[in-house]
Amino acid sequence: MVSKKFVRATRRETLIVIGLYVLFFAWWYIAAYGFGDDPSKYRYIFGFPEWFFYSCIAGYIGISFLLWVCVRLFFSDLPLDDEEEEDKK
Amino acid sequence: MNGSSGMILPLVLYFVLIMGIALWGNRAAAKKSDTKGFMEEYFLGSRSMGGFVLAMAIITTYTSASSFVGGPGVAYKVGLGWILLSMIQVPTAFLTLGVLGKRFALIARRTGAVTLTDFIRARYSCDAVVVLSSLAILVFFMASMLAQFIGGARLFEAVTGYPYRTGLVIFGLTVVIYTTVGGFRAVVLTDTIQGVMMLIASVAILFAVVSAGGGVENIMNTLRAADPKLLTPGGAGDAIPKPYILSFWVLVGIGILGLPQTTQKCMGYRDSRSMHNAMIIGTFVVGFTMLAMHLVGAMGRAVIPDIKVGDLAVPTLTVRLLSPFWAGVFIAGPLAAIMSTVDSMLIMCSAAIVKDLYFHYIAKNDEKKLSPKKVRGMSLIITAVIGLFVFAAAMDPPSLLVWINLFAFGGLEAVFFCPTLFGLYWRRANSTGAVLSMLAGAAAFFWFNITKTSIAGTTAIVPTIVISAAAFVTGSLIGRPESEERLRIFDMRA
Repeated sequence: MVSKKFVRATRRETLIVIGLYVLFFAWWYIAAYGFGDDPSKYRYIFGFPEWFFYSCIAGYIGISFLLWVCVRLFFSDLPLDDEEEEDKK
Repeated sequence: MNGSSGMILPLVLYFVLIMGIALWGNRAAAKKSDTKGFMEEYFLGSRSMGGFVLAMAIITTYTSASSFVGGPGVAYKVGLGWILLSMIQVPTAFLTLGVLGKRFALIARRTGAVTLTDFIRARYSCDAVVVLSSLAILVFFMASMLAQFIGGARLFEAVTGYPYRTGLVIFGLTVVIYTTVGGFRAVVLTDTIQGVMMLIASVAILFAVVSAGGGVENIMNTLRAADPKLLTPGGAGDAIPKPYILSFWVLVGIGILGLPQTTQKCMGYRDSRSMHNAMIIGTFVVGFTMLAMHLVGAMGRAVIPDIKVGDLAVPTLTVRLLSPFWAGVFIAGPLAAIMSTVDSMLIMCSAAIVKDLYFHYIAKNDEKKLSPKKVRGMSLIITAVIGLFVFAAAMDPPSLLVWINLFAFGGLEAVFFCPTLFGLYWRRANSTGAVLSMLAGAAAFFWFNITKTSIAGTTAIVPTIVISAAAFVTGSLIGRPESEERLRIFDMRA
């Protein structure tokens, strides 16, 4: 049997990952299609069209950073071998 | 264009380095004195991958010729919209590692699983499922390897000017030899170096394109003047409709949870910390490479506007913008992407034959019938034979294999997505469901592709995953549950 601690921790981690994935999708979608599709009205950031900057560049950097924060804060250092687990009890 | 020795020099040095690593990997395998220990080492590197290596192994196996040549070529044609599409792949590493997670690694250790098929055998204990999964791996992987070889040799030809076959011999034999000699350990270590090579290459060419185009702002102005649609998410000629791009969230998004070449790596890391680091590093690196390479394609159009064939966009930009030495360094990038995809598939094909089929069915899991010495000889020979077979096929590509490759990526997802995920997370999942889902998934995927049937404008993978999941659930509910005894290993109730 797996320890309760392992089950709870891995469930939490899986949910966090799925949450991040959904968040990345939402950001990607809203930024890409939220600025309208008329190129003559585009504004530019660092030379890139606004939608592109937010969805592709900011979205990528944002999710990398958020992932780093989540892993550092919420992921636990669990043993992956049963033997080790028993040793610690 | 004539072949240039300046361009070949960095490549040769690079290949020599890789061979050295293979020999080093071979020493680790030679130390194992028992059959199972040897197989765990040769096919999975004794589960010793650290974070950086794990990240690179997952990413480089996943990124292939298409990330360096095909994808940027389309971006060249349709503009920024295709970069938007490519960015769907950013979560690849953290999604795979995070969803399969520590449970998968723990169960793989408990059951001694070295391949995805081992995991599937332990979970469903059904010969039909095992044989189906071994066959799917062999057929789809061989077709994919062939396509990678062809892509690599064509690229080599386009950039260096040497003939197709020269390129094929140089990097095709390199990859077959180092994989055979070094096993999984050599595969992942070379993958790590190849990943670094890919990063350097993409930065070099991106820098060259931006400076040749006179800065991002200038480039965007040029593109707008050529065709304002190049700057829109929908792309030039409205080439990227929404249902189409959203399908990619299934194909290269959640679908990658079904790719055996990626999921197998999730069995091979050393500890939790390796996984944490790999999630972060992997996400950063895959996003960076995709963004940089696709930007090269899209912005390249402002620098050299008259390239007719999309696939030639990156090779042409490379040759015209970089000095021969740097062009050589650059070409190592996509060749690295190709070799790192092929090596993983090659070692897994070999594992499918030696471990999943031969050791289990003919040697009946009896270590006495298959001595370490024999298994070593067999593994080396089978890896070499498969590699050389694909290599020979690439000399004069048979159209059937090329055709299968078109479906390899989605086909693997159709077959493995449900048995892997449901097996891990759903107690009721059983072999009836697995068989039904594998067959229905593969059949549906081929049918949708061949008849070109599209549901609501999506690509074939979307209805396929739905159908294979439905088949899985139906089969599992009809069939008998797996025995309590076996499920105990997989039990994850708090």
